[in-house]
This record gives sequence, structure tokens and C-alpha cells, in this order.
Amino acid sequence: MAIEKHSTPMLDQLETGPWPSFISGIKRLRDEHPEPRINEMTNDLLGQLEHSYETRKGYWKGGTVSVFGYGGGIIPRFSEVGKAFPKSKEFHTLRVQPPAGNHYSTDMLRQLADSWEKWGSGLVTFHGQTGNIMFIGTDTQNTQHFFDEINEYGWDLGGAGPCVRTAMSCVGAARCEMSCTNELKAHRALVNNFVDDVHRPALPYKFKFKVSGCANDCQNAIERSDFAVLGTWRDDMKVDQAEVKNYIADKGRQYYIDNVITRCPTQALSLTDDNTLVVNNRDCVRCMHCLNVMPKALHPGDDKGVTILIGGKRTLKIGDLMGTVVVPFKKLETEEDYESMVELAETIIDFWAENGLEHERCGEMIERIGLANFLDGIGIEPDPNMLSHPRQSSYVRLDGWDEAAEAWFERQAEAGK
Amino acid sequence: MADMREPIESGCPDPWQYMHPMMRKNFGQWKYHDHPRPGVLLHVAYSGDKIWTVKAGTQRILDVFTLRKLCDIGDEFAEGYVHFTLRSNIEYMVTDEAKVQPLIDALEGAGFIVGGTQNSVAMISHTQGWLHCDIPGTDASGVVKSMMDELIDEFRNANMPNRVHITTSCCQINCGGQGDIAINVQHTKPPKINHDLVANVCERPSVVARCPVAAIRPAMVNGKPSLEVDERKCICCGACYPPCPPMQINDAEHSKLAIWVGGNHSNARGKPTFQKLVAAGIPNNPPRWPEATAIVKRILKAYKEGARDWERVNEWIERIGWPRFFEEVELPFTKYHIDTWRGARASFNSSSYIRF
Repeated sequence: MAIEKHSTPMLDQLETGPWPSFISGIKRLRDEHPEPRINEMTNDLLGQLEHSYETRKGYWKGGTVSVFGYGGGIIPRFSEVGKAFPKSKEFHTLRVQPPAGNHYSTDMLRQLADSWEKWGSGLVTFHGQTGNIMFIGTDTQNTQHFFDEINEYGWDLGGAGPCVRTAMSCVGAARCEMSCTNELKAHRALVNNFVDDVHRPALPYKFKFKVSGCANDCQNAIERSDFAVLGTWRDDMKVDQAEVKNYIADKGRQYYIDNVITRCPTQALSLTDDNTLVVNNRDCVRCMHCLNVMPKALHPGDDKGVTILIGGKRTLKIGDLMGTVVVPFKKLETEEDYESMVELAETIIDFWAENGLEHERCGEMIERIGLANFLDGIGIEPDPNMLSHPRQSSYVRLDGWDEAAEAWFERQAEAGK
Repeated sequence: MADMREPIESGCPDPWQYMHPMMRKNFGQWKYHDHPRPGVLLHVAYSGDKIWTVKAGTQRILDVFTLRKLCDIGDEFAEGYVHFTLRSNIEYMVTDEAKVQPLIDALEGAGFIVGGTQNSVAMISHTQGWLHCDIPGTDASGVVKSMMDELIDEFRNANMPNRVHITTSCCQINCGGQGDIAINVQHTKPPKINHDLVANVCERPSVVARCPVAAIRPAMVNGKPSLEVDERKCICCGACYPPCPPMQINDAEHSKLAIWVGGNHSNARGKPTFQKLVAAGIPNNPPRWPEATAIVKRILKAYKEGARDWERVNEWIERIGWPRFFEEVELPFTKYHIDTWRGARASFNSSSYIRF
């Protein structure tokens, strides 16, 4: 049976131009899909979207939808203009956790597509900004059916609301020579320890994990996660001098002086007269720049591990915050190493759950109570690597100084320094 | 609901089962990479194994037909495996160099755009917009489609000084994140309150708690419990709107676009940076948003001409200085560019460093 198509003159203009058009995709579902339910749903979706374009307003409202046994993971959407567009008046999104590192087989993608056209609109995004596969558009009843089906063959919901959220990790060791850790393992160890906290929102606000294999931070972990794990190393960078010479032979000495030597943020590099690169590893901060320019010649050292930064987040509510270094270096090799990282995450989330205010991210709590109190609360000793510089304000009580100084020397002695 | 089943709480799936076999084989054993042409990466392992990656931009919001088309291409050329990037590009890995060009041809032939590697303008990462968000001031998907139409050559050709990450966010909460260039909606008027609905719909204390500047307080209006906004304090962020839809923030006329620059999440050469406001008051003008795109293109042109190799947008501006940046991109500098937030003083110039 032919449906009465909404007129979409404004959206039609988004079908012009060379970049692939999401409007054309939605129209294909409306016009070519064999399932009338999908034709009608996407037709009304286009109708509502055109209405938004005309009036420059959104018309979706949240609500409460979840699958049996869980409290979160669905983004409920009810239309305020459902009378005019009844077939898409319920248009919920399921957030589904991707495999760590976003690797897929086409067989698996096809299986997901089959399930989604059986129960949903046929629209999907790889991936949303938090890292979930977003299955966009289904009604309340089919939400459960779709989840049951994909849950049986290996997929689980991600987080929505005040909970541990879906995590993200870079392609890392699977295809990158800069990888300093097993990103996939770190990702799964962290987030899968908190499945209960993912599915049943009960925290002050959201809590995100992200893992990047090096300081290039391709996952944007420092700026966008409460618990950022970045690969690094602490022995000497590896230099293949023959490859350095090859690079210089290719683009000339001037280019590498201007683009490598002088760009080093800590002036840890120099180029000798015979084109040998000298690295002062004590000064190197592993920023990755020189390795990025000369990936054949320069490689991370062997003593690899991770830096952990806590408290990064977006704008709401005290402005954007970067994560703060809380663990300058941690080995991640043995099962015990991974377990102790997960224990740290548990300690931090527990402390924040007890001390955070409603709708307060972990980084905002740290700002409110102070980094020193936070470290005290999670049982981590202060380290100069946690700061850009020591305190500037002289308004501070220092009557515990002697004890703190003594503790520092004891810790240094224990560490063999 | 006769047969409710308990969920299997499996969490994040193990990617090992979906990873290209060549990546599994050389996991953690890659030696270096090369960039044979825009859109293509070559990774070489210590074993001598090679893998070529072809990256393609898509419409991000995929219909199942498009998803299956992408799978068909993966089956034909890439042994049935794909990888998605942070910015929703799809990547195909091939182990035979002879397949690279036919794969590119197949992708381009099917309407996808190969590019987005190294010094390109990468695919714009974006939020849900009018298609699905409950507080969107604009349609991020439409803005991105319109903008990528105009920036397609910069996606296809990697000839910027360094990579450029563009993001969009459809409100000031900024889910789109930090970008070298960020196009965000900026509401410019306080919420309009429908006092008849507040008591029934909103949990008033949580709405009060959401406000970042303590501009909202409980009040009795027309004999009913409601909320009121101190409009002198209100920064028009819209954070009160999700927990309280009767506090309408979106406005066809007064929700504008603003452009921010210099967000850089990498640690390379300098510590990560946040983006800074450069332009505001840009009309929210569907379906093509030409005014916003024109400013983005001016910024990109100035950056491309003025920056040195490897300089990201923030590093280029730091070198030439903000006065010259505003001059080069022909944008006005106003009192609204002066930060008023906590820690604003850190952004003031307390030196004699002046550029003439």
C-alpha cells in the first residue's frame, strides 16, 4: 500500500552536493524497504524533521524506557508533535557497547542490520560521541525485542544517565606502531568490571573511561573522560640513526631542524653536524611529536606503561575540565597490574559516589574539595608530576609540613631513590 | 510480557573475534607507518607484513542499505573486516597492494568519500541534532552535511599544515567536544517559562541544582509552585531545559551559531588545549547554514596559508597572536571575547608582549 509522503522541500536540499546524504538514506528506507512499518516510520520521521527545519526547533522529549532487568542504556524519545507524525511518535535509541577498538566483521554487522530492520527503523550510527553504536528509532515494545535478540548473540547495552558509561579505546596495538599498551585489554578490564554500574544508574552523574595508546591521545581521553588511560614509556626513546639520516637525505637538514629539533617542547633534542640525533631522555616528556614526524626512525622505549588522568569532562556545569594526572606511571603487564588499575577505578568511583553532589562530575568534585583531599580520599600520595607548578597562594596552613616532608623522604627511600 | 528474560550482562565485547587476521597476527608488533596517498595508510610490521588501510567518509547516520553496501565492499576487498574511527569514518584493511585502487574505486563509485588521513580536514564529529536530541538548537547532521559538501576537497587532499578536527554541538553543553574549529549553538535569551506546567513536569530542586550560575530559584507564580530565572545572571546555557521542558530555551530567532577555535586534544609539541570563542551571532539558517560555512572556510584558508608545517590551529594562532588572527579572518573582536568565568585571569596578558 502506497503511503502518503510528507513534502520535504528543505531536507531535499540536503541531497544536493557531493558528500553522502543522511536524508537520501532515510528516504531509501521510506521508499525502498519491503517492510511497511519502516516505510511509515521513516516517512513520519522525515515529516517531523522537515517541521524542525521550518520552525527551527526540536520536538523530542525524554521519558523512561528500559529493558527488563536494566535501568538505563536507552535514550527514550517521545514526539511532541506525534499527532501529526504518529508512526514515529516513539523513536527511542538503544546505546549498544561496541567491541573495544571498534573492530567489526561484516558478518556481525549484517547480523546486527538484520535484527535492527526486524525491530527498529533501520537507522544506525557507528558511533555516538560516547562511543556507543546508536540504534536510532524504535518503539517501547520493540526496544525489548531488539535487545533480547542481539543480547543473545553477544551484545550488551551501554550506559545512559548517572552511571558508568560505555568506554572507548583507539585502534592501538592492533595497527599502530606508537602503541604503548594493550588498549583493548585495559578498556575491557575497566568497563566490564562495572557492568552493574553501567546498567543501573546510581552514581552522582556520568563516569567515562577512555584509553589511548600514546600521548597523541586519538581517543581524546584527557579532555573527554573521567578516567583517562594513556600509554607511555619511561626508559629511553629508541633511535634508528640510519633512518634519521634517510629522513634528512629526503627533505634536508633545515626541515628537520625547524620541524623536529625546535618543536621539541622541552628542548630535549639536538642534531649533530654528522646528522645524528641526540636525545636527552631525562628532559623528554614523551609528547610524541618527533615520533610522529619520523615514525621509521623513532620508537617508544621498552619500559612501557600508562599514565592515568582523572576528571576530564565537557562544559556542564563549571566549564570544560582536563583530566589531572593522578598516576604518573603504571606498568600494565601482568594480570595483577590490570587488577590494581581496576581497583583504583573502584576506589575513585566509590569515593566520588559518596562525596560527589547530585549531577557533579568527578572532576568537578575534585575542584570543589581540592586535589589534595581527593588524593587523601583515594589513598594516593602526592607527586610533583600531578601539577604544572606548585602552589602560588600563600594563604595556607603549613603546620603539618614536617610530617609530610618526613613521609616524602620515607617514600623516596622505599622507592630506592 | 509473558516471557521476560534476564539480560546477559556481557559488557564490552571482545574485539579479537572481529579483528582483521593480519592485525591479530601482528598485534603490538608494528614497526612504522607511511602515507602512500590521501585516504590510505600503510603499516609495516617487524615481521615484514604489510597492511594498507583505506579510510572513507560516510553520512554517519547509516540506513541498513548503506550499511550492507559497506559490508559488500568489505567482503569483496577486505576479507570481511572493517574498523570505525572516532569520527565515524569506516576503514578497510587490505593485505594486497593490488587491491587498494580497486577498493578506492568501489568506495567512490558507491558514493563514499576516500580521504580523512594525515593533514586533511577530517570528518566533522557531531551530535544528534533535531533528528534525535531533546535539547538541540540546530540540526548537527544537516550542518555537517552542508559543510562537508564545501570542505570535500580538504577531506580528500591532505594538504593542510597539520590535521584539522572540526566538531559541531547543537547546544552550549558541547557534547561534540573540543575541535580545532567548533561550530556550536549559542542560545542568546533566557528560557521562556510556561508556569502552568512546571509543577507537574519538573523536579524543581534538581532544576535549581543544574544551573551553573545559581540563576534559578523556586517561586510561586499565579498561585502555583514554579521556578523563576534571574535574567541578569542567566548565561542562556539551556541546562535547565532537559529536566524541565517548560523552560523553553530554543528559539527560532535567538538561538545562534558560534564558532570556537584552537581545541587540540593531542599532547604533541604542547599540552592539550581548549577551544576559544571567535565568532558569534551567526544565524541558525537551515537547510544549508551558509553563513557559518563561510566563516569556517575563511579560518581554514588563513590557517592553510599562514601556518607552518605541523602547526595545529592553536599553535599557529599562538605564534602569530590573536590580534593578527582576528585581522586575517576578518572577524570583529568584542568585549564578549574576554572570559568572565572562573580562572579568567589566567587568560589576561600580564606582560609587555604586544604584537604590532
